[in-house]
Amino acid sequence: MPQSLFQKVWQAHSVGQLASGQTQLLIGTHLIHEVTSPQAFGMLRDLGLKVAMPHRTFATVDHIVPTDQRSEPFSDPLADAMIKELRKNCAAHGITYFDLASGRQGIVHMVGPEQGITQPGTTIACGDSHTSTHGAFGAIALGIGTSQVRDVLATQTIALGPLKVRRINVEGRLRPGVYAKDVILHIIRTLGVNGGTGFAYEYGGEVFDRFSMEERMTVCNMSIEGGARVGYVNPDETTFTYLKGRPYSPTGAAWDEAVVRWRATASDAGCHYDDVVTLQGADIPPTVTWGINPGQGIAITETIPDPAKATAADEKASIVEALAYMKLTAGAPIKGTKIDVAFLGSCTNARLSDFKEVAKYLKGHRVAPGVKAIAVPGSQMVGRLCAELGIDRVFRDAGFEWREAGCSMCLAMNPDKLVGDQLCASSSNRNFKGRQGSPTGRTLLMSPLMVAAAAVAGGVADAREIFGVNN
Amino acid sequence: MALAKITSITGRGLTVPGNDIDTDRIIPARFLKAVTFDGLGEGLFFDARKAIADAGRIHPLDDSRFHGAKILLSGANFGCGSSREHAPQAIQKFGFRAVIAESYAEIFFGNSTTMGLACVSADRADIARLAAAIEADPYLEITVDLVGREVRFGGQRIPLTMRDSARDALVHGRWDSIGELLDGREAVAATAARLPYLAAPQK
Repeated sequence: MPQSLFQKVWQAHSVGQLASGQTQLLIGTHLIHEVTSPQAFGMLRDLGLKVAMPHRTFATVDHIVPTDQRSEPFSDPLADAMIKELRKNCAAHGITYFDLASGRQGIVHMVGPEQGITQPGTTIACGDSHTSTHGAFGAIALGIGTSQVRDVLATQTIALGPLKVRRINVEGRLRPGVYAKDVILHIIRTLGVNGGTGFAYEYGGEVFDRFSMEERMTVCNMSIEGGARVGYVNPDETTFTYLKGRPYSPTGAAWDEAVVRWRATASDAGCHYDDVVTLQGADIPPTVTWGINPGQGIAITETIPDPAKATAADEKASIVEALAYMKLTAGAPIKGTKIDVAFLGSCTNARLSDFKEVAKYLKGHRVAPGVKAIAVPGSQMVGRLCAELGIDRVFRDAGFEWREAGCSMCLAMNPDKLVGDQLCASSSNRNFKGRQGSPTGRTLLMSPLMVAAAAVAGGVADAREIFGVNN
Repeated sequence: MALAKITSITGRGLTVPGNDIDTDRIIPARFLKAVTFDGLGEGLFFDARKAIADAGRIHPLDDSRFHGAKILLSGANFGCGSSREHAPQAIQKFGFRAVIAESYAEIFFGNSTTMGLACVSADRADIARLAAAIEADPYLEITVDLVGREVRFGGQRIPLTMRDSARDALVHGRWDSIGELLDGREAVAATAARLPYLAAPQK
């Protein structure tokens, strides 16, 4: 019987059934960082347990690292204690750790793919909801809590119930100025922030076939924002080309065998899906969020929703709550909304292709007076490649601050924070209340090029107009 | 490691209304700057509480009428967003033993169950009825009965739903699966040996 990738990977990694009816699922690759792992190591110590397969866990530091002044000790003693704890735990348990001095540090969801640790047909877990990013490679990649981080460390497994699979096709082509970020914001807007509960999202169709690995990662990254714990794309030549020659990728005969195996993990033609949704690429506009969850998005050409026009009581209440927090006016165009900060970074959009695409248009433009604009590469490797290509120069010349790798202002666990009720045009993934470090700070999610357009215009703008995008 | 059998939770209730309440709101990220879960209860809904206090009103968590509540009521998709276990940890450390909401985000639900925090679901209208009863009488005694699959209060009953695997785990004292996972050691090794990428020698 034809099977989906999800079913194949799930079966191959099923250890057995637990008394609860859940599956004991083997986790092939475990990624850890400084925020959600120290308590798990503490639990191991309390239980007198060791790490079962230390060579299958990889660590880096991302959430709390400063992106400007990196010398240690960090000025924030709490952050300093966290990096020290991670170092200590990795050393004590023989876990590979990509530290600041390694040249391979970065946001954990950037590091796995870059190093070739993220591979098709595998199971991956990390104490971070954006672990779904790794699904771009045809892996089943799960965000987990700290108790489950403990479970993976101690047993290399977790207890989990199966998921249904929803196939999401995006057919045709995207219009100029429309990016992977717009695709996922559009999907979430269409299916809802909890539409994916109980599902793994399998993304496919012509748009995904043509997408680069980095574009696929952007979409898979935000699966969780649509309620889906897992999102993936079937592995293909694009996947294999990306992986070839990476530090942890197989080599020689092992590479050839791996490619055969990876190809076979892709969903079979005619396999069963619990649900199928088909969207047209041409219908997807450059999208901007106006509210306090990632489903509250509109086309750049649309006006901010009016609660008076909402039909359901629920919808009305959520629009009222969002507008009150965002200090935006119902019925006003989103275009032209003045911004204070432009943030280009995060595990959603801080890869080489993101900076390259923006640099292509940013040359010759200047960040508007009064706007603080920061560009934060997601990894040291991306930072290096941008420097080699002169991309950092383009950003600096335009008035952006060019920073070092980390999560930065996506969730502001480091010194990069909004102040007061600043409004931020952001390439990150969450516009929740207070997300960017100020309890009254406001976030508008959009693609990297739209962030650059907003930075240049001083307010939300249509990148197609600002930069004359029409390729 | 014997775990308590969590068959029912009895106590007073408190409502934090709204849908899509995310874990950043439940525990803002700055409270995650620590290497333990200690003291997280103080950060629970910190910014929401402050915003309401600044507006001259009282957040339910700060309302003395509800002090000591063990059961938290909320709306749909509760606990969405970040996977931080700090969120259910903060809820539990504040003193809650059960949550009644229309629905939950998956990672939050799993994290809570593993900690022995019962997250049950009920219909919106039933939750509203219970919330109104609490508002009318903050000392109302509520029982979340996982065995009988119902919530009882003031002579009324409302049905509750919960995924069987989670309900059984709580009721039978198996909510933390670490023991069972450890027991599977040999099967884990056998499964790993069948997977080429795990069986192959590491570089």
